[in-house]
Amino acid sequence: MALLELHNVHTYYGKIHALKGLSLRVEKGEIVTLIGSNGAGKSTTLRTISGLLTPRQGEVRFGGKRIDHTPPHEITQLGVAQSPEGRRIFPRLTVLENLEMGAYLHNTRSPTYHEDLERVFQLFPRLRERTSQKGGTLSGGEQQMLAIGRALMSRPQMLLLDEPSMGLAPVLVEQIFEIIKTINSQGMTVLLVEQNALQALGIANRGYVLQSGEIVLEDDAKALRENEMVQKAYLGLE
Amino acid sequence: MSPIVPMLYTVRVMAAEAKATTSPHTGQRSVGEIARTVLGPLLQLLLFIVGAAASLGLLVIVLALLLSASTPDLLSRVVTILPQVIIDGLVRGFLFATIALGYTMVYGVLEFINFAHGELFMVGGVVGAYVGFFLDRAGIIDGFNPFLFVVVVVAAGMTVSGLLAVTVERIAYRPLRNAPRLVPLISAIGVSLVLQDLARLFMTNFPTSEPLGFNARYNSPDYGPPLTLFEMNVGERSVPVVLSPKALIFITVATLMLIGLNYLVNATRLGKAIRATAQDMPTASLMGINVNQIISLTFLIGGALGGAAGALFGLNVGAVNPYMGLIPGLKAFTAAVLGGIGNITGAMVGGIVLGFMEAFVASYLGLFTGGAISGAAYADIVAFSMLILILIFRPSGLLGEATTTKV
Repeated sequence: MALLELHNVHTYYGKIHALKGLSLRVEKGEIVTLIGSNGAGKSTTLRTISGLLTPRQGEVRFGGKRIDHTPPHEITQLGVAQSPEGRRIFPRLTVLENLEMGAYLHNTRSPTYHEDLERVFQLFPRLRERTSQKGGTLSGGEQQMLAIGRALMSRPQMLLLDEPSMGLAPVLVEQIFEIIKTINSQGMTVLLVEQNALQALGIANRGYVLQSGEIVLEDDAKALRENEMVQKAYLGLE
Repeated sequence: MSPIVPMLYTVRVMAAEAKATTSPHTGQRSVGEIARTVLGPLLQLLLFIVGAAASLGLLVIVLALLLSASTPDLLSRVVTILPQVIIDGLVRGFLFATIALGYTMVYGVLEFINFAHGELFMVGGVVGAYVGFFLDRAGIIDGFNPFLFVVVVVAAGMTVSGLLAVTVERIAYRPLRNAPRLVPLISAIGVSLVLQDLARLFMTNFPTSEPLGFNARYNSPDYGPPLTLFEMNVGERSVPVVLSPKALIFITVATLMLIGLNYLVNATRLGKAIRATAQDMPTASLMGINVNQIISLTFLIGGALGGAAGALFGLNVGAVNPYMGLIPGLKAFTAAVLGGIGNITGAMVGGIVLGFMEAFVASYLGLFTGGAISGAAYADIVAFSMLILILIFRPSGLLGEATTTKV
């Protein structure tokens, strides 16, 4: 049984039909990437999984349990954490407080909390130097690190990453993808939404190509990289 | 405000230094650090109190000197009443501050002005009056311990107004959460009118045998004569500076509530969840925070503070009526905007500044115009002119900060 499964999901923004019968699955331990152009429905898919949007039709299952009508805070409790599009750091909380909010479901006095914090600081040493700085004053790259670190603090089984490379310098993009690989090698299942298809397919096991709310292609990451259509449309290769 | 600015700067620097000492590795906070986060805003408030009193005091003295050519004893009259004016300003200021907190907390989380908040204040007052009423009927009010009485009316006012606020949010605001912004605002005005007339209906009919009445007395145990703080010697006359025990109780309880609120919001997990929800509601829900619960909690706290203020205000004045929430509510709203709506320290500061301004106008306008204009009658002009001026020149308020989001 797949850890996450979407079956024939239809999501609307008012009258706009954003997801048109989308189905996908993510197995435990995988990195699966969802690529597609602007407005294809990538973020909508993640927001539907995390409960910020409720599908009008279809099923979302996590660990076999239906979650398509579960409120977002309960989905987080089940073990799904999201680093949202645009990072969405709490601007007037400090870096440490942002991380504490990530661990909201856990007791911050427990030793495990300190282990989690230490793990995040090891992945992102820059955050350790910035603990008492307000989130809104961080650079874009630091905010992205904080968003991923914050998501990890809830001790999730699965991480949803929405455009972690957006707006970052190329060096930082490399770094972020390295870190995603590291996190995955420690056992974390990752669903990665990206416009930077080349990088995403470089670290993923499998991938889906999304076009105006529908999956048009699904394959191993390696096969997708060699697919002619993908090369033309998303990898900028002729 | 000019003398306050350097002091504020010092506070900011001190606060920055305090933050720098947070142990970054574990996130453990020492008692001292918690004390600083809690007391920092109160220190800021204290500086604003001193600053506002000093600036306004200086202003009236300068005015008196300028005008003393025509009326020779003006200066001594101005100075004589100054301490009393400052004390009155403080009492008014704390009143506005405690009510303003309810507006600002709800605004901070929902960006919505709860125009029924003044009525929560009124309900607190009415609840307190009922407590006094029943104790009087039982014939035990005279021997009742005055401090226990304060505890009882404050607890009763907080409970009823807090729960009422939560109920109102569930019934009248939550279903409209995704409606255009004007819609819940109109709903709030409706709630305000409904609560006024429900209180009126209740007060004139309950208990049926002999109801409390529309303009109700607020019975309380005897708090004794006003305390004379010190005597001002002016020439051969000696003028006492007094503080009524009820006003002292008001200031004390309000201060304790402000300390409690600061602790809750700045130093607890729940307070951080409130701030996170205020800054970004969808993202807060992704953290596992039940935002509906946090919103209810915000209404509970705001309503409870308003109810406590009402119970104490009624006690201080000695009477309540169903419409008593309107003007203090509007003024507290002004105070919240003055301080920077959504900012908790700002609401306290705004309340204090507005209270001082009013007290000064009420006492000195008549004196400076040779009695031609009664200041007390026109103090409201100041309050609401100030609201208009702030909205034009500094819409973010005294402590409001422009918020930026990085893309």
